[in-house]
Amino acid sequence: MQEQPLLDVKELKTHFHTERGRMTAVDGISFQVNVGEIVGVVGESGCGKSVTSQSILRLLDEKNTAAYEGEILFKGTNLLKLSDSEMRNIRGNDIAMIFQDPLSSLNPVYTIGYQIAETILLHQDVSKKEAYARAVEMLRITGIPAPEKRVNEFPHQLSGGMQQRVMIAIALSCLPQLLIADEPTTALDVTIQAQIIELIEELNRKHGMGVLFITHDLGVVAELCTRVVVMYLGQIVEEATVEDLFTQPLHPYTKGLMKSIPHLDGDKSEKLHVIKGMVPTLNNVPKGCRFAPRCLYADELCLEKAPDLTEYRKGQKVRCWHAERIVLEEEGQYA
Amino acid sequence: MPNTVSLKDISEKTPLFNREEEHNEKIPILDVQGLKKYYPVKKPFGQIRGEKRSVKAVDNVSFRLYEGETYGLVGESGCGKSTIGRTLLRLIEPTAGKAIYKNKDLFELTGENLREVRQELQMVFQDPYSSLNPRKRIGQTLEEPLTIHSIGTKKERTEIVMEILNKVGMQTDHYYRFPHELSGGQRQRIGLARSLVVNPKIIIADEPVSALDVSIQSQVINLLQELQEDLQLTYLFIAHDISIVRYISDRIGVMYLGNLVEEAPADSLLATPLHPYTQALLSAVPLPNPLVKKERIILKGEIPSPLSPPPGCVFHTRCPSAMNVCKMEAPEKKEMSSNHFVSCHLYR
Repeated sequence: MQEQPLLDVKELKTHFHTERGRMTAVDGISFQVNVGEIVGVVGESGCGKSVTSQSILRLLDEKNTAAYEGEILFKGTNLLKLSDSEMRNIRGNDIAMIFQDPLSSLNPVYTIGYQIAETILLHQDVSKKEAYARAVEMLRITGIPAPEKRVNEFPHQLSGGMQQRVMIAIALSCLPQLLIADEPTTALDVTIQAQIIELIEELNRKHGMGVLFITHDLGVVAELCTRVVVMYLGQIVEEATVEDLFTQPLHPYTKGLMKSIPHLDGDKSEKLHVIKGMVPTLNNVPKGCRFAPRCLYADELCLEKAPDLTEYRKGQKVRCWHAERIVLEEEGQYA
Repeated sequence: MPNTVSLKDISEKTPLFNREEEHNEKIPILDVQGLKKYYPVKKPFGQIRGEKRSVKAVDNVSFRLYEGETYGLVGESGCGKSTIGRTLLRLIEPTAGKAIYKNKDLFELTGENLREVRQELQMVFQDPYSSLNPRKRIGQTLEEPLTIHSIGTKKERTEIVMEILNKVGMQTDHYYRFPHELSGGQRQRIGLARSLVVNPKIIIADEPVSALDVSIQSQVINLLQELQEDLQLTYLFIAHDISIVRYISDRIGVMYLGNLVEEAPADSLLATPLHPYTQALLSAVPLPNPLVKKERIILKGEIPSPLSPPPGCVFHTRCPSAMNVCKMEAPEKKEMSSNHFVSCHLYR
């Protein structure tokens, strides 16, 4: 039985027109989010993960700078074909988003109750009073103590963790089917991060909400996600279930990332792995495989010709010419 | 300065004692005792009457740095870890306490003496974007400390800078570049170079890698370790990411709300965290391994305001194992095993 995926991104490209010419920040990515699934998107700054999330909700400035190609199917409807008003119905209602920095995403001159009720009033046919009651309820669900009191407070009266809870309350106020979370815990302390992760997990379990979780933190991915997409310079370089990705990463970039984070239980005397060089800029994309200049395994083929994202085994795709050779070599090393 | 005299006296009069006990009782290169930093708080109409209130950013913190080691300070935002780093360099004036460096109390130095000492204690800042002057070429930025401390002639200074650039893994032509031409990782290398150029003994690194991407982070951490070996540096490494602190540090101090709640050798702290806060902090770190499902200790609530820290143990409002005594009395620092100190009523 092939269930229709909740979100099906097909060959999405996002271009920006800039003074230095057309830059393609997201270059032909395809992935799916199924109902009730938490999919992680990882990558370093500049890999296009945030542009991807903003493209899905079409938040970029289409009139002046941004242009999309490809398809973004949400329950079968292509979001890129919708009119502005149709899109407005989807944003915040069917698909909601939480951002990295809660303080700059909240309006400082309105109470948080007003800001939550605003979303509800916009999308649902309820009275103001009911909307406020819902706002209090949402605050309670997200674990804010004394929500009846808090609902009348302003964003600056809350701590960072509380503000992020308010953002989540706004995002969830219309019970969206898909939640896009763009680095929601990066600005928070670890103990608060643990609280927020727990909350997202719980909401996902209870309401079967699909989540697209964008982060650079592999630890968070390992704890929360079921499937992971690894991005590098606007492309997907690897896609796998979280178990496969962490036990047998295929792409040299994924491997490098995994090895370069210090583990809490790792060996201290060993030097940290270093991925040599740095991410090239978008107006300077390498000709062949985009990772080749930094890759340990790169040869002439890699520098000349770009590999496709191919299925290596069931559920795991990789964009690398030498995936098979690297796996065999490593097995040889350990045998 | 009675204390400085007595310290000196001890080391001179009892050289035998020191030699015998060298492994346990090394003389610290920096000895911080009872450091406090309170910020006075004014009411809207100024302080007319009533009780004076203050934010206790750092409250009675003592620790020692030994030569050649890395001491990690961890804690969440607002715990006072950065304030400690800054007061040691007198970028912020401490309210009370002593910091003994080479028989001198850093907090009592002024003018020329202070400047001399600052040459030996240098700082690396978190944000490599805002800590470099955008209008100065890298070379100028790096030569400035040398000029201030009047080291060498102009030509010699340039040579020193070139050498340092090389050491931190940059090319000599970066001398003429501007900060905007460099990436985040390169800027942090320059920040490091700027602190190294005056040949310091102690480097205070305040979140030096937290603004960097994962792959760049590991480059900078490796560099920090290479330099430490090469130049016999002592690091005070301040960070919130406990995986990184654990990797780089020999000993770790855990801070909560201006207090040092636990201090131990890195391995001992990770293997047997004693303080409930340390336990919660460690359990909250997401492990990059999906096969391990560990029990997370979720702390309830948020860090209380340092304006009115809770009485007794500062952690008792969020502590899963708080007892009655915790609300009344602040716990004493106790040594539980070799060099493993904890301030908690659970251990007596």
